[in-house]
Amino acid sequence: MSVLETRNLGISFGGLQALQDVHFSINEGEIIGLIGPNGAGKTTVFNLLTDVYIPTDGVIELDGENIVGQKTYQITQNGIARTFQNIRLFKDISVIDNVKIAMNSQMKYSVLSGIFRFPAYRREEKEVSKRAHELLQVFHLDENAHDLARNLPYGQQRKLEIARALATNPKVLLLDEPAAGMNPTETMELMETIRLIRDKFQVAVLLIEHDMNFVMGICEHIVVLDYGKIIAEGNAEEIRNNPKVIAAYLGGE
Amino acid sequence: MDFLSQIINGLGIGSIYALVALGYSMVYGIVQLINFAHGDIIMVGAYVTYVVLVVAGAPLWVAILASILFCTFAGVLIERVAYRRLLNMNAPRISLLITAIGVSIFLENLSQLLFTSSGKSMPNLFPNQLLGLGEVQISSISLINISTSVILMVLLQILVNKTKIGKAMRATSEDADAAKLMGINTNTTIAFTFGIGSALAAVGAVLYCSAYPMITPYMGGMLGLKAFVAAVLGGIGSIPGAMLGGYLIGIAESLTKAAGGSQITDAVVFGILIIILLFKPAGLLGKNVQEKV
Repeated sequence: MSVLETRNLGISFGGLQALQDVHFSINEGEIIGLIGPNGAGKTTVFNLLTDVYIPTDGVIELDGENIVGQKTYQITQNGIARTFQNIRLFKDISVIDNVKIAMNSQMKYSVLSGIFRFPAYRREEKEVSKRAHELLQVFHLDENAHDLARNLPYGQQRKLEIARALATNPKVLLLDEPAAGMNPTETMELMETIRLIRDKFQVAVLLIEHDMNFVMGICEHIVVLDYGKIIAEGNAEEIRNNPKVIAAYLGGE
Repeated sequence: MDFLSQIINGLGIGSIYALVALGYSMVYGIVQLINFAHGDIIMVGAYVTYVVLVVAGAPLWVAILASILFCTFAGVLIERVAYRRLLNMNAPRISLLITAIGVSIFLENLSQLLFTSSGKSMPNLFPNQLLGLGEVQISSISLINISTSVILMVLLQILVNKTKIGKAMRATSEDADAAKLMGINTNTTIAFTFGIGSALAAVGAVLYCSAYPMITPYMGGMLGLKAFVAAVLGGIGSIPGAMLGGYLIGIAESLTKAAGGSQITDAVVFGILIIILLFKPAGLLGKNVQEKV
């Protein structure tokens, strides 16, 4: 059953039609790749899904409910989490607090309870700390829990972004170029990690990536965008042999 | 031990600056706005205390509570009405600054309309006695001011560092767009910050009235400016910095007065501002932030 579905999704900036008739659906626990040449509109799709931009056409359904018009923070609370092409951690905040911030909306205690440390505060904070540590363990970041995020090496910052996105308890995880700037070993590790979190957290993953080995290796279904339109979709084999895709990447007819 | 007495006097008045400076600093930290209407919140707090205490004849604690609640509400309302649209539209900072000055003028004129421009005198709020500790003379008011500010500072630190709303505040101040994408309602968080800052200003107003029992529609101007200097001195955006700056300004004033320079205290305070801007523009505890390119 599809957890996220878009139909006829489009946006234009002034006269420029940046995306047109984008339609795809993601099933529970599925890993989908979104690829295309630079400027094809991949990140714009992410921005539409999270209300950073408001679509001019179409619907986005999360669990069958249209989320167009919901605020960014509501969409996140309802189950879409994302990472960024260029890392956007809270750099001057500790690793563990980065994760806990993403769990904020799951805590219910009041402000007074927080200041005077009533039982509700202690219980919920304890619970959240435990979950945050578990999450960091998955990414082997537990040892650095109390370092500032800015002091982590690049590869670990990327992992922390994924951990932070998972902390919001998403149904769908959007990863924007998760393997950017990683060496082949790190990329292999990342593929393992993404499979692991899909199995462990039962989350559907939609990812943008330029590394074709990575995309072909991990995605069960691939959607190809060019000039804001879907030009092909299918499994790795179908995409690899699709003449339109080859043309889009290499130029030509 | 006249010197020590003067230091404690300075800490007493500095506590008021510190409480007000916290509001400037927190709001700046979260939305990079110098909220020039913040000083006038003190005036609002003072008039609410006056109305509840003197006009309505309610007990002191009711007046203080009313003042805190009213100022919190006023702070949130000002953010909602005057700033939120500008913030959400990513308006230039200069538009926000001019709006802040507009709000300040509005509040001053509103209170002039309601209470006339002649000052009202406040009754004694707290017992004013000189306590002798050995050779050091301490006024009870200084003691009340210092302990109030220290307690509030500790509570604020707990709030900001240990609770979820505090984490939301820190996340919003670092990267508001990323915070939204982590499920944080940044509008509420910003409104909350204005509310807390204004509540602290209300407490500052009550303490100020007990030390200088005369209130006028323009009382917030100079007090607000000095608190702003305190926030800059400590490092604007930094909570411990605002406290430190407040205390240091208070001490500087008190020592200047003791040295016979009552007429030049304001000059000394603003002289400190010039010196800090020349030699350590990020303030004592502030971080040197480089503009993002």
